[in-house]
Amino acid sequence: MLATIVARLGQMVFVMFGISVLVFLIFFATPGSDPAARIAGRNASPETVAQIREDFGFDRPLPVQYAVMMKRLFVTQDLTSFVNRGQKVIPEVLDAIPATLSLVSGAAVLWVLGSLTVGVAAAALRDTAVDRGLMILSLIGISAPVFWLGEVMNLLSQSRYHDTWLFSWVPGLGYVPLSDSVSGWFKALVIPWITLAVLYIGIYGRVLRANLIEAYSEDYIRTARAKGLSPTRIMLRHALRTSLLPFVTMFGLDFGALVGGAALLTEVVFGINGIGRLTFHALQNLDLPVILATVIYASFFVVAANALVDVLYAVIDPRVRA
Amino acid sequence: MSPLLDVRNLRVAFATDGGPVTAVHDVSFTVQPGEVLAIVGESGSGKSVSLLSVLGLVDRRRTVVEGQATFRGEPILNLSERVLRRIRGREIALISQDPMTALTPVHRIGDQIAEQIRAHERVSRQAARDRAVSLLRDVNIPMPERAVDRYPHELSGGMRQRAVIAMALSCNPALLVADEPTTALDTTVQAQVLDMLRRLSAQHDSSVVLITHDMGVVAEMATRVAVMYAGRIVETGTVAELFDDPWHPYTWGLLDSIPPLTGARPRRLPSIAGMPPPPGRTEPGCPFAPRCRAAMPVCYLPPPEQVAGGHRALCVLDAPARAALRPPRVAA
Repeated sequence: MLATIVARLGQMVFVMFGISVLVFLIFFATPGSDPAARIAGRNASPETVAQIREDFGFDRPLPVQYAVMMKRLFVTQDLTSFVNRGQKVIPEVLDAIPATLSLVSGAAVLWVLGSLTVGVAAAALRDTAVDRGLMILSLIGISAPVFWLGEVMNLLSQSRYHDTWLFSWVPGLGYVPLSDSVSGWFKALVIPWITLAVLYIGIYGRVLRANLIEAYSEDYIRTARAKGLSPTRIMLRHALRTSLLPFVTMFGLDFGALVGGAALLTEVVFGINGIGRLTFHALQNLDLPVILATVIYASFFVVAANALVDVLYAVIDPRVRA
Repeated sequence: MSPLLDVRNLRVAFATDGGPVTAVHDVSFTVQPGEVLAIVGESGSGKSVSLLSVLGLVDRRRTVVEGQATFRGEPILNLSERVLRRIRGREIALISQDPMTALTPVHRIGDQIAEQIRAHERVSRQAARDRAVSLLRDVNIPMPERAVDRYPHELSGGMRQRAVIAMALSCNPALLVADEPTTALDTTVQAQVLDMLRRLSAQHDSSVVLITHDMGVVAEMATRVAVMYAGRIVETGTVAELFDDPWHPYTWGLLDSIPPLTGARPRRLPSIAGMPPPPGRTEPGCPFAPRCRAAMPVCYLPPPEQVAGGHRALCVLDAPARAALRPPRVAA
C-alpha cells in the first residue's frame, strides 16, 4: 500500500516535469513568433524587447531557456509582468490560491455529501416518486448556468431580501481570508459554495444512482440478500462501496480543474480574487508571464488531484493494490 | 414425516415490455429433511427462478409469484423482506453458480462470512471470525487462518466456491439451495467440491436442493430428481426410478446424452433436435411435443399425468407405450 503511494507520487513528479516542458515549448518555441516580444506585451518599446531577450536568454539554446524560466518560476520567483509594469507574478498567484482553494474545497464537501445523499436515496427508492423527484431536481441543477444561479443568489441575498431575517447575515461580495476571521470567511463563502456545488450535486448524484442500480444487478448483491443482511447494510457496505470508483475518478478531474481556474465564473460573480480571475485578466491583457505561472500551477493541481484519486482507488478497491 | 419445504402450484411471471411472461407454470415439489433433491433442466427452464422466487430473491417490482410454499409448515411465499431476512442465511442458504462474482470484491473473505453470522446471532467479532476460520478449514481451504484475510480476487475459482459454501453453512441452515454450484469450475475441482458439499450437508443435517443441468452430478449427489422443461416439472422420482426407468421422452434425451462407460464408444452422442420453446408460449399442449420423437396429435392437448408411487411424469405415454418405444434398460 505504502509502496503504491510512493510510486504514484514519483510518477506525479515525472508527469509534472513533462507538463512544464510542454508548456514551455508551446509558449517559447512556437515557430514564427518572438517570445521576447510576446512577454513584453502590446506596444512595447524595442529596448524592452531587447532587454527581455537578454534576461531570459532567448539567444541561447532551448534547454538553457527552459532552465532559466524554471529558475525564475520556482527558485528566485522573480518573474515579472511587463503588462502590469514590474508586478511580481509568483506572489500574485500565491495570493490567489487561498481564495480559490477555500471556494472549491467548501463546494467539494457540499457536493460530495449532497450527491451521496441524492444518489443513495434515489437508488434505494428506485422508481418511486422520491427517485423521480430527485432526478428531475438534479437535471434542473445541471442545466442551471452557474453565472445565472450566482446572480440570482446575489439578487436575493444582496438586494431584494437582504434586509429580512433570512439574508441579513450575508456580507458584501468578496473573499475574507480565513486568518482574518473564521466566521467572516464562512459567511462570505456559503452562498458561493452552494452555487458552485449545485451543478456537481446533480451530475454526481445521477451518476451514482446509475452505478448503484447497476451494482444491484450483480451476483454479490443477491448473495448479500441471501445472507439475510439488512437493506441498509447491503446498500452501504456492498453496493455503495463498489460504486464509488467512477465517482472518485470524476471527483479528481473536476476538483483539479476547478482549483486550476475552472471556477472562474463563480469567482467573477461573487467578486472572489482567485486563480480563475487572475488567469482571465492575464488572458485579456496577453500577460504571458502570468499565464505561464497559472498554467503550471493549474496543471500541478490537476496532476495532484489525480494522484490522490489513485491513492483513494487503492483504499476503496483491494484489486487495485499492487 | 412432514416435508421441510413444500411448494405447490408455483407460478412465476415476469413483467416485460411485451406484457407478462410466465416463466414457471404450476410447479410443485417437496424437500424432505436430510434429502438431496436435484432439479435438472437446460438453461431457461425455470429451475433457478423457481427457487429464487420461493426465497423472495427475484425483483419484486417486476415479478408475480403465485401458489403456495411452506417452510417447516409456515407459509414463506411473498413474505415481507423483514420476515424473510430472518430465514435467509440462517434457515435457507444459497450457493450461487459463479464463485467469481458471488462475493463482494472489496471485502475480505472472513469479514463476509462473519457478517452473515453476526446478522443472525449475537456473537462477538472475534467469535465470528474464529468460526469463519473453522468453516474455511472444514471446506479444505489450506491455511484458513490466512485465507480469512484474503480478498476474493486473491483466491482461485475452486477456493472461492469453497468459501461461498463455507459462508452458506455458517449458520447451520436446514436447507441449502445450490444453484449450479460446480458449473463454473474445472472438472477436477468439480468432483472435490461435490464430495465436500455432500459430506458437509450431511454433517450439518442440511437438506439440499441442487439445481443443475448435469445428469452426472445428479447421479452422484441426489436422492430424488425433478426434471424441468419450459417452466414445468415434466418428471419426478427417485434417482433409481429415473435412471433405470425414465418415463418422459425429454428425460430419455437427457440420459442418452451421457457418454456410456461400457461398450463401444459412440461416434456422436445423440442430442435432442430443435430448441426449447420461447418463454411466454401459451399453447396448452405438451411443451416438448415439437421436439419429441414420440409426438402424436394428442400431445397438442394438455398432457395427462402418469403416476406410480412417487414417480410421476407429465406425458401421454403409459407403461406399454413406453415399453414399445424404449425398452427399460437391463441392470448391468
